[in-house]
Amino acid sequence: MYFVIAGGGEVGFHLAKALLEAGHEIMLIESDRRRAQFIEEHLGSVVLNAPADEGRYQVEAGCQRADAVIAVTGEDPANLVICQLAKWKCNVPRVIARVNDPKNEIVFKALGIDETISSTRVLMSVIEQELPSSGFLPLMPLTGSHLELIEAEIGPNTPSAGKTVHALGLPRGTAVGGIVRKGNVLHADDDIRLEVGDRLVILAPTKDEAEVRKALS
Amino acid sequence: MKIVIVGCGRVGAFLAGLLDSGGHDVTIVDLERGSFGHLPASFKGTTLMGNGTDLEVLRQAGIDKTDAFFTLTQGDNRNLMAAQVAKQVFGVKQVIAKVNDPIRANTYRKHGIVTVSRTSILGTLLEAMLMGDPEVGKVLVEKARAHEAEMAEQV
Repeated sequence: MYFVIAGGGEVGFHLAKALLEAGHEIMLIESDRRRAQFIEEHLGSVVLNAPADEGRYQVEAGCQRADAVIAVTGEDPANLVICQLAKWKCNVPRVIARVNDPKNEIVFKALGIDETISSTRVLMSVIEQELPSSGFLPLMPLTGSHLELIEAEIGPNTPSAGKTVHALGLPRGTAVGGIVRKGNVLHADDDIRLEVGDRLVILAPTKDEAEVRKALS
Repeated sequence: MKIVIVGCGRVGAFLAGLLDSGGHDVTIVDLERGSFGHLPASFKGTTLMGNGTDLEVLRQAGIDKTDAFFTLTQGDNRNLMAAQVAKQVFGVKQVIAKVNDPIRANTYRKHGIVTVSRTSILGTLLEAMLMGDPEVGKVLVEKARAHEAEMAEQV
C-alpha cells in the first residue's frame, strides 16, 4: 500500500521506518530541511522537503494515489488542515490525524476527521492494563482477525475459583489456550478445576471482551 | 453586537479598537499576555488569555452568545481550526478567518469558511495604486487613513 506521512518528528520517522520494513511504499513530507536530510540519510529517497499543509506539495507527494494520509506533526491545527486538504484536494480515502491535545479528539470528529490517535489516550490504556487490581489484561490484538489475546488471573473471592473451564460460560468463539499454575502450563481440559492464582491465556473476539471479563469475575 | 476576536496581534488589536470605539461588546483572546499591549489605551472590552482553538476558552469568551467571530492569529492553520470550531461546533453565524496563504484561503472559502488573505488583498491594492486604477480600494484607503489619523491623535 502507499502511505503519505506528514511530519518527520520522532513519530513520523519511526512510523515511516516501520511501514517500510513491513513492505509498504511511503512518502514523508517534512518542512525542516535538516530534519528532512537526516531522514533521507536513514530511510532513503522517501522524503519531500516541503510544508505538508499546502495542497500542491500533497499533490507532488502523490497523495492522489495514496491509500492513506497520516498527519503526525506536533501541531493539532496543522494536522487538521493537512487531513482536510488531503480529503478535499486529493480524494484520499483514509486520513488519520495525530491529536496532541486529547481535548481535540472531539473537535476533529466534529470537523470530519474520523480517525485520530492521541498519545495520551494510548498511554492511558497501557497504564490501565497494568493496574494490579484488574487481573484481566488484554495483551494484544491478533493481526488480520477480530481476535485478541487475553491474560486473566483467577483472583481470590471470585466465583470462578473452583469451577471448571467449561462451567465458566465463556462466550462462543472463545478458546482457553492454557492455564499457568505455579509457573507450569496445564492443558485447559474440561475437567480441570480452577484455583486462585491460576492465569488463563484466552483467545477471544475483541467485541466479546466485556463478556469474557464478566465470566471470569 | 457581541464580538469575539482570537489573536491580539496588530490586526486583531486594530480591529478590536475600531469595534470597541464603535460601541460593540468585544472579547479578545490571545495566548500571551504581552500581546494585549497592542490594544489602544482606550479599549474597554474584555481580554482573555488562552488558546483560541480550545472549546473551554471559547466558551469562557462567550462564544455561545456572540454575533460575530474573527480569528486573526499569525497561524493560518490555527485560524482555520478556530473558525471551523466557531461555525460547526458553536454555530456562530458570522465567522471570518485570516488566512495569508491565498490558495488555502480559496479552498476553505469553497468549503463555507469566509477567509480573508492579507497577501492577495494587499497585493491587489498595491498593484492598483501603481497602475492608478481609481476603482480598486479608493474608499478602503481613505477609510484606513482616517483610522490611522485617529489612532495617531490618541497617542
